[in-house]
Amino acid sequence: MHASPATQQQTATGSLRFDAIGKNFPGVRALSDISFTAHPGQVLALMGENGAGKSTLLKILGGAYTPSAGQVLIGEQPMAFKSAADSIAGGVAVIHQELHLVPEMTVAENLLLGHMPARFGLVNRGAMVRRARELLKGLADEIDPTTRLGELSLGQRQLVEIAKAMSRNAHVIAFDEPTSSLSAREIDRLMTIITRLRDEGRVILYVSHRMEEIFRICDAVTVFKDGRFVRTFEDMAQLTHDQLVTCMVGRDIQDIYDYRPRAQHGVALQVTGLLGPGLQEPVSFSVSKGEVLGFFGLVGAGRTELLRLLSGLARHSAGSVALEGRALHLKNPRQAIDAGILLCPEDRKKEGIVPLSSVAENINIGARSRHAYLGCLLQGRWERENARQQISAMNVKTPSPAQQIMFLSGGNQQKAILGRWLSMPMKVLLLDEPTRGIDIGAKSEIYQIIHNLAAQGIAVIVVSSDLMEVMGISDRILVMSEGALTGELTREQADESRLLQLALPRSRG
Amino acid sequence: MRRFLDEWAMLLAALGIFLLCTLVIDNFLSPMNMRGLGLAISTTGIAACTMLYCLASGHFDLSVGSVIACAGVIAAVVMRDTNSVFLGVSAALGMGLLVGLINGIVIAKLRINALIATLATMQIVRGLAYIFSNGKAVGVMDEGFYVFGNGQVMGVPVPILITIVCFIFFGWLLNYTTYGRNTMAIGGNQEAARLAGVHVDRTKIIIFAVHGLVGALAGVVLASRMTSGQPMVGQGFELTVISACVLGGVSLSGGIGMIRHVIAGVLILAIIENAMNLKNIDTFYQYVIRGTILLIAVIIDRLKQR
Repeated sequence: MHASPATQQQTATGSLRFDAIGKNFPGVRALSDISFTAHPGQVLALMGENGAGKSTLLKILGGAYTPSAGQVLIGEQPMAFKSAADSIAGGVAVIHQELHLVPEMTVAENLLLGHMPARFGLVNRGAMVRRARELLKGLADEIDPTTRLGELSLGQRQLVEIAKAMSRNAHVIAFDEPTSSLSAREIDRLMTIITRLRDEGRVILYVSHRMEEIFRICDAVTVFKDGRFVRTFEDMAQLTHDQLVTCMVGRDIQDIYDYRPRAQHGVALQVTGLLGPGLQEPVSFSVSKGEVLGFFGLVGAGRTELLRLLSGLARHSAGSVALEGRALHLKNPRQAIDAGILLCPEDRKKEGIVPLSSVAENINIGARSRHAYLGCLLQGRWERENARQQISAMNVKTPSPAQQIMFLSGGNQQKAILGRWLSMPMKVLLLDEPTRGIDIGAKSEIYQIIHNLAAQGIAVIVVSSDLMEVMGISDRILVMSEGALTGELTREQADESRLLQLALPRSRG
Repeated sequence: MRRFLDEWAMLLAALGIFLLCTLVIDNFLSPMNMRGLGLAISTTGIAACTMLYCLASGHFDLSVGSVIACAGVIAAVVMRDTNSVFLGVSAALGMGLLVGLINGIVIAKLRINALIATLATMQIVRGLAYIFSNGKAVGVMDEGFYVFGNGQVMGVPVPILITIVCFIFFGWLLNYTTYGRNTMAIGGNQEAARLAGVHVDRTKIIIFAVHGLVGALAGVVLASRMTSGQPMVGQGFELTVISACVLGGVSLSGGIGMIRHVIAGVLILAIIENAMNLKNIDTFYQYVIRGTILLIAVIIDRLKQR
């Protein structure tokens, strides 16, 4: 029963070693000559800008890609993963950002998918639920295995995915941006679990863009850049934020936000007593021309819902919205766009890009009807010019405007989508998590764009869950919690503890 | 080069099959057979042009076969009762437009799955075709009506001309108008299109309305060729049209589709069917062969994406 981990498992123990891994795609070298080791009982962070090669490496580990060169070794035993099944059998679990779960099925079914307790193909439901409860024990005891997965919060789903990985007793567990959709409390719990997994002598890889997590949980950091290994920092106590960022981008952190005071002239958008889906209390605020107004809050605080009301995606039930003193009654996004209010949505994949279409199509789709003859015949010259202009203004890295946008990195997709909105005349720009999941280099370019727009007299509202970002770029910060505005701070008043205090749910005793 | 091959592969395949047939099948190139082949392409080709838009937007339309039958019947009945070709054809086209509008509104506004919505109209419209015709073919005496199916312009049959015009017009529409590009964007990512200011619902309604109208046009042409409106024609025709599109490379899940895909698919299906007829292959076997070809084509397409 209580044998040491080394004797318990014959196949997969010891260190995980990447030996001279290379990966080529047609025309692209994604990884070259990557060698490093992750030790058992250690949480190793993998960091680097988007496109640095972290995801490709995880896909090789998970068996989705086979390397063009080199090999993966676990405990000095070469592992040739040809499929996800191979990787699982080799004791590896990769927990992806997008969870691989079925929302329509119950938690228990999801946990045991592929190996449900059954006889002659008939599922033994009682045994299945019992087994699921065991798996969730100590991890998420409050989740009832018989609930439909779709009813759980994103954080709880993440826990189910982790339980699934643990059910296979994986020796190597890789987390890919696990906290991007979790609340602060859920993050705490995840950290505890990761610590426990580490202490059991497993190899943990942790991919994240969030510095505070890296410093909180990781024992070492390996940095990549442009598909190459840069270095591993073994001593976290000696490492500073700035050192790490400088290593990743080769640039100082102060340059990133590049905030300079701007002139503000008059109210652009005035919101009074607004109520609607997702808002618990009437919301009133205004934003001036040339102002960057930050909205901070936790996931689910109602910020995205507020933006949906302002952009005509949802209808308000009470209150009013006025643009430059004129009342607006928006029924759909087109009317908001025509009035000059543009929303750049949060979920780039779901609501931003048209993946199969070209970069040029993605840029032109919003503005083209204004430039088309009779509103419907496309003007070829404008189409070409506008795409070219936005690609160069946004510094979108793409081989050609005809390239399908799905082949671009997240940061470049986001810049192309920003180019779509900037092709249209606007008075108010609503940005929902504009830099989520993109690298620091692209972030800094996006901050620059925001700054330039504000300098042109456009009112910019930025919703962000990234404290440093909100404080770094905003003139003024509004905080939301549980569907209500809970505070307003000027740039000078804002600090981390005040913002967090306002953002945390108030006790309703 | 690779990209070029990818994009034109199916048209080249159609050309290859055509050349092969000219070599191995006697009389394949004879004027009479070419004329028959052209006419065989015409009905499918006309309807496939607008089915392309349904597919590209991520939907499809099963009612087109019934619309074809009903359009022919309505044209014949109205002409019999009014002696006016204009009124007959207008009534038929109006019916197609109306059915398309209903499809579009039910799908776009009421958010009903296109499979269910058009399955329902397919049966309703088929039933109406039987009701209007009392279940029998309705003959057309007015020779003015024959021009749609049997007329010629400089030796080219009118149905073939109409098909070519449709190919050119709808190909142009897809690439050079906001309507066409919005259709692709809706199929590629509906939410992104909506947020970018595309009138998603309105565009979908137009897509289905136009498809209904063009389906009725195909029905009028077919009725003119047969000199009667027949309520039982076009059974399973919707599947032939969808097969042709998919065979040519149009994606069933939306976002991918070009007129050359449609042309290739329609040509390949028609040439193979024509060849099988010339070789006197039993109809029963023809079904099996057609299905096999479709399956192989979509598997190849899938493998290409790997």
